[in-house]
Amino acid sequence: MSVKKIHKEQPQTFEFTDKSMEAAKKIVSNYPNGKQQSAVMALLYIAQRQNDNWIPLQAMKYIAKFLDMPYIKVYEVATFYSMYNLSPVGKYFFQVCTTTPCMLRGAYELVKVCKNKISEKENVLSEDGKISWMEVECLGACVNAPMMQVNEDYYEDLNDKKLEEIIETIYQNKIPKPGSYSGRINAEPVNNRKTLLGNKNA
Amino acid sequence: MLKDEDRIFQNLYNDSGADIESAKLRNDWNGTKEILEKGREWIINEVKSSELRGRGGAGFPTGLKWSFAPKEIGSRPHYLVINADESEPGTCKDRDILRFEPHKLIEGCLIASYAVNAHKCYIYIRGEYFNEGQKLQTAINEAYENNLIGKNALNSGWDLDIYIHYGAGAYICGEETALLESLEGKKGQPRLKPPFPALIGLYGCPTIINNVETVAAVPTILRRGAKWFSSLGRPKNTGTKIYCISGNVNNPCNVEEEMGIPLKELIETHAGGVVGGWDNLKAVIPGGSSMPMLPKEVCDNMKMDFDACVENKTGLGTAGIVVINNDQDIIKCMARIARFYKHESCGQCTPCREGSGWMWRMLERMAAGEATPDEVDMLFDVTKQIEGHTICAFGEGSSWPVQGLIRHFKDEILERNKFDPVVKKNKNIPYLVDQHLLEKENA
Repeated sequence: MSVKKIHKEQPQTFEFTDKSMEAAKKIVSNYPNGKQQSAVMALLYIAQRQNDNWIPLQAMKYIAKFLDMPYIKVYEVATFYSMYNLSPVGKYFFQVCTTTPCMLRGAYELVKVCKNKISEKENVLSEDGKISWMEVECLGACVNAPMMQVNEDYYEDLNDKKLEEIIETIYQNKIPKPGSYSGRINAEPVNNRKTLLGNKNA
Repeated sequence: MLKDEDRIFQNLYNDSGADIESAKLRNDWNGTKEILEKGREWIINEVKSSELRGRGGAGFPTGLKWSFAPKEIGSRPHYLVINADESEPGTCKDRDILRFEPHKLIEGCLIASYAVNAHKCYIYIRGEYFNEGQKLQTAINEAYENNLIGKNALNSGWDLDIYIHYGAGAYICGEETALLESLEGKKGQPRLKPPFPALIGLYGCPTIINNVETVAAVPTILRRGAKWFSSLGRPKNTGTKIYCISGNVNNPCNVEEEMGIPLKELIETHAGGVVGGWDNLKAVIPGGSSMPMLPKEVCDNMKMDFDACVENKTGLGTAGIVVINNDQDIIKCMARIARFYKHESCGQCTPCREGSGWMWRMLERMAAGEATPDEVDMLFDVTKQIEGHTICAFGEGSSWPVQGLIRHFKDEILERNKFDPVVKKNKNIPYLVDQHLLEKENA
């Protein structure tokens, strides 16, 4: 189980914006009548996006009322799943995968770069407050290892130099291009493709 | 090597685009209505005789699973749930299906939901695959616009609605009953079985749960016939499979190949060989991190299918092949996998919750050479006490890789761990030496 810390300074109120409200209502309608509790995960995610990438306690209370379910059930869900941030993270949230397939291809080199360039410790904001980073478990892009996720985008086939470039680009307020950084397309073998060549050349 | 025309996933590398026009050029949605018109019995029998086995890890026969759904809709509606919560380390096949072959999956959903009498289908995608989910949603919207799904889909008289449900980063939700709990908006903690989900599943209603790759393969099987599919591979292990080859190989990749392809051929032909040559191979994890590893001697002549893996005391699992060469510290690798399981245990059953942490801490010490020789057997004993004593298969999943390490590399662990706290401390009263005080930060 991951350790989840509730942030000390909590906002006093939380309400969905019109845009969030619309999205929330649409999601609730995906589930049968009376089973609106199913929408809790999606609603927490909407709240997280609305509130600078973290979920305050007030948002959980708000969602509990919205879905007509006990507050503790929402709290349970928010603390169980690792993708809900219960304290603030950087605007650019780096998640570096270090599980074995990535580790075999040098994921800890990436961690070193993060320590040097962002902050010495996980979950601590960089000096300008834009970036924070953490180690995460398998992100499911093992053939593109080592890789990391920044907010919603995957950056694949990295090494320490390429990661440094990515961090520099973000410090300059630009968003680097997601995807593979070794020049290959998706999950095909680099320079060694032997299958489906007809499609490739079509 | 499998012929290109026998590959199901023609767009695995996204050569031609995932939109509906490109998908139709690849024969998707071709004759789907005729397939539905042949009826439930025919579909289920055809899938049964193709001997398709679930691609999510357990390898349960798909046709048999579908036949467990009640024949008529009773007072409770039926549901079809697609498991796209791909989180097994070493596996990334479903991701490519979601983003590049979404129409195969949607067509499969229509056929499967017709076969099991479901009007609603939920696709549970892991939260990290947000972009992949958006691509699938685009494809679902296209399918609605073309009346391929929705009310009276394809004018077949069958209604089907497909919804995407995002997870939020819990490995355990790949277990089918935990996935249902999560879909109901609760913590993802597995349920006791029986009752099985086929009778009492989502919201207490009959529910069939299938992996993405299984369902996406069904339309092609029905179009080309069960005979074609079962002619590939060998009996009971038929058809094709997407293998994900990662780790210390020259060209890590996803590739679709015939079941039963020799492991060596797979690595040498498609992944460009082991870094440093085949002789530099140390071990291979053949089916995602939960499956016990195999040393080089076994890998030399190993075939990759369900039964051949079981014969070698491992499993095909999700076919996520992780290659480890001699440059790596094998104990460290396993310690990292143990840390993964410690992190992902849902905390419901004590043996798994506590045991996964014990295994991780012991392995970390063994990697650092700070364990006593006796502890190797003690660790094996711990794994045996977790395995089979938990509600779901996570207990097996977390203890098998450790068992695999001890089975094949015990000598190496013993070589490194000669530390004897009693002798070192010059004390001859062993029961006064508290092991916990000797541990460092992991204590």
